[in-house]
Parts: sequence; structure tokens; C-alpha cells
Amino acid sequence: MSATADPSGALVTDRAQATPKLSLRDLVVTRRQASGRVVTAADRISFDVARGEFVCLLGPSGCGKTSILNVIAGLDAPSSGQALVDGSPIEGPGPGRAVLFQEPALFPWLSVVGNVELALKLIGIPPDERHERARSWLANVHLDRFADTQPHELSAGMRQRAALARALACDPDVLLGDEPFGALDAQARELLQDEVQRVWVESRGAKTFLFVTHNVREAVLLADRVLVMSAAPGRLLEEVRIHAERPRALDDALVSRVVSEIHQLLMVEVNKGVADEMGR
Amino acid sequence: MSRTRWAVRELGPPLAGIGGLIGLWAILAALTDTASIPSPAQAWGAFADGVRDGSIPDSVAKTLVRLAFSFVVAVVVGIALGVLLALREFPRRAIRPIVVALQVTPFVAWVPLAVIWFGTTERAVVFVAIVGAFPSMTLATIQAFRQVPPLLERAGRTLGADGWELYRSVIVPAAMPGIMAGLQQSWGFAWKALMAGELIVSAANAIGLGHLLAEPGADVAELLGILGVIVAIGVAVDYLVFNQLDRRIRRRRGLLIEG
Repeated sequence: MSATADPSGALVTDRAQATPKLSLRDLVVTRRQASGRVVTAADRISFDVARGEFVCLLGPSGCGKTSILNVIAGLDAPSSGQALVDGSPIEGPGPGRAVLFQEPALFPWLSVVGNVELALKLIGIPPDERHERARSWLANVHLDRFADTQPHELSAGMRQRAALARALACDPDVLLGDEPFGALDAQARELLQDEVQRVWVESRGAKTFLFVTHNVREAVLLADRVLVMSAAPGRLLEEVRIHAERPRALDDALVSRVVSEIHQLLMVEVNKGVADEMGR
Repeated sequence: MSRTRWAVRELGPPLAGIGGLIGLWAILAALTDTASIPSPAQAWGAFADGVRDGSIPDSVAKTLVRLAFSFVVAVVVGIALGVLLALREFPRRAIRPIVVALQVTPFVAWVPLAVIWFGTTERAVVFVAIVGAFPSMTLATIQAFRQVPPLLERAGRTLGADGWELYRSVIVPAAMPGIMAGLQQSWGFAWKALMAGELIVSAANAIGLGHLLAEPGADVAELLGILGVIVAIGVAVDYLVFNQLDRRIRRRRGLLIEG
């Protein structure tokens, strides 16, 4: 499924330049509501994500960005159109595309280090190496002191950091984030945004990040490219490239200018969505 | 916390309850005639006699073997059926209503049929206990699997767990608290059904706690002594085995509210 399995390294690089890491072609995702009504969550979405790129999919809530992410994760199938990874159709989930969910989704019966060890086990790391490696992934997100605690004993921000360690332990080519900082308080969110930025920079173009968010500042802070989506049913409205230096800060002049530009664009969409919900 | 303080906090309330009950009993016994309500001391005496002549230890041993056998069979059958029904929609819709029907049927109603099929034998008694215990295990297992949070399943799949591995690493552990609750409930049913079976299916020379209750000519003090043993076994297993296991599982997952 993933191109890293290719034995000839040179070929992989050649192909990597030609083929985008992720590619959506006229993707349509529908969702069946509890009432049985089928609604279009995302409408004819096409975009590419290059290898090593950090892209944020930004849009008002309910615009279908999570549905798109779930298709790329391999958890849901699209209604029509194609979702490709390394040029091949996505057929299911796998550790090559790790996901940070809105909630940490740690397994409550395992300790923090146990969660990371399970991820290592599932990618075939031999038992005697798992513990050491798991601990070093935890150290990477500054959680090594809490390795032996249970997830419920951690704060929300620490839990999400543990989830980040678990996701990275899979050594994924692609890290998908489904508003992973949405439920955190401001301090914890900033800490995690810094961690994610750092991890991405340290991967030096080897890892592709695609995060979904409704937070404009977060999108501009993290991404090379922000894809702005319309209110439901979601379509792509605009693509904004962010050229600011890393690591970025929110008070950076360029960052704050882009933030306010996108804000204005989005307000129009949010108002449309609200008008829709209120029955015009 | 020191050990004694722990013991007082942990055992104080239940011991106070038992003490109060025995006190009430003593008062009631003093106010009525001894033949229908003997005093706690007389019941204790009858119990001590039963222990001395060997009838209570022999019965307890026999009954516990039957209980262990019935419970293990009920749990194995119950979980296996429950897993099947949790995973496959057609059998679930076909068979679950039947299991529910078995669950709400009083297990005593099986005794006459069991006697016709197996005679007044040990097998009839064990049959009643199994039929009494397995439906609740099956229903609890179905429930436990269906209540696994979809998020955990999805998380497991994105980590690369699929098929059998997904069950082993994610779904079965996630279902454990529910399965534990089923075990505890099922144990209670097995114990009750076994006692009913032994009490009613009483062949001559049959040995067992329930059979002792059915012995002709037993006086009230003896019956109360035996009843005490039945209650003590029920409470001890429930508290020492299932309650402790359940608490361990819940504490680990942060599901236990202490105090």
C-alpha cells in the first residue's frame, strides 16, 4: 500500500516527485443522518498534498472536512470520486496514515506507555524493543515522567500529547489531524501546536501532515497551505499559501495579516451557514 | 491509610448491618416460641453439629463442585453465543429473543422437564443451573460488545489492527467491564438455580446443600444454619471474587468513583 515498501530507493524518490502524496479527485462524501435522510457532506472536492507538505483544511463546522479526513484515513468510503495515496486508491486504514482524533482515543485499559507499545506491536516491532522505543516516543513529547500512569490520570492536553506519541510511533508517512486541539484550553493548545510544528519540521520533508480545523489562527500558524471550505455542503473556496518562516508565532505581522484575510472570507460563509440553519 | 483503618472503613458498614440483623433476630426469638424462631445461638449450635457430623462439609464440597461445573459451562456457552450474536446480525435477530425468553423464564420452571429428561439425578440439577445462568451471560456479552466506543475501534484500525488482531487488542479489552458485570450476574443466577434444583430434585441419599434443606424432619434451627451457609457462600464469592475483579478493572480505567 505504501511506497516505502519499494526496495529500490531511487525509484521511490523519482516517483515521489511525480506523484502527490495524497490526492483527491472529485470526491463526494454523503452521510446518512439518524432520521434516514442522506446529506452531502463534501461536494466534488479535488486537491493534492505534496510529500512533506503541511496542509490545513479550514472551514465552518459541518462543512464536511472531517468526512474528507475519514476517507483519507481509510475509515469511510467515498460516495464517488477517488482518494489516492501515492497514486493508489485508499482501501482501508493503516499505520502509514496515523490519525489524531478530536478526542485522544487512548485505550483506557493500558497505561500511557502501554498505548504506545501497542502501536509498536501492531507495526511489527519485536517485544524486547517496544518498551524502550515507546519511552523515547513519550520523551519526544515530554511525557516520559508519566509513562506508567493511566490515561484518565492525565490532563486533557497531556492525553492528546500521548495520542500524538502513539500516532508518531507508527512512523507514519502521513499524519492526519481531526481538530485534535479543539477540546483543549488555550495553554494546552499552544503547547501542542508547538509540538506538532516541531515534529513536522524535524521530519525534514519526510512526513506529510493534513489537519482539519475551524480555527483560522491555528491553520495559518501550522500550514504551508490553507484550503478554505464553504459552508455545507462543503466545496473548496480558496487556497492560501503561507510563506512565513518557521517556527511561527501568532503575533508575526504576516501571520496576523493572513489570519484577518481568511477571517473575512470565512465570515461570509459562516453567515450563510447560520442563515441556512435558521431557515433563511 | 493504615491497614486497620482500611479494614474499619471497608468492613465496618457491612458488619454493622449483619450485627443489626442478628440483634433483631435475637429480640424476635426472645419474643416468640422457640419452635418457629429459634435464637441465633440455637441456629449456630445446629450449624456446629452439622459441621461436626460431617453433613455440612460434605454437602458444601459436593455443591461447590456442581456449582463450578455449571458456572464454567454456562459462562463458556454464554460468552461464545454472545460473541456470535454480537458479531452477526442475522443470528442476533433470530436468536436473541429466544435468549431473552429464557432469561425471563423462572429457572424453577425447568425442574419438572429436567426430571423427566434426566431423572432425579445430579444431571437434572446441573441442567437447571446451566439453563438458569447462561442467558444472562449471553445478553451481557452482546451488550458489552455493542457498547464498545466506536472511536476506540476506529483508533485501533488506524493503528493497523484488523480482523482478529482488532478483536484481541481493542474490542475484547474494551468490552471487559461489561463482560465482568455479566459474570457476576451469571454467578448469582447459577447459585440460585442450583439451590432450587437441589432443593426440589431430591433423590434418596443425594448430597448437597439444597438437599439438606429438603431433608425430612429437619427443625428450624438446622434449616437456619444451612441457610446461613448458603448465604455466606453466595456473599463471599460475590464480594471476594467478582466485586474485587470488577473494581480492579474499573479503577484501572478511571471508571470507579471511590467512597
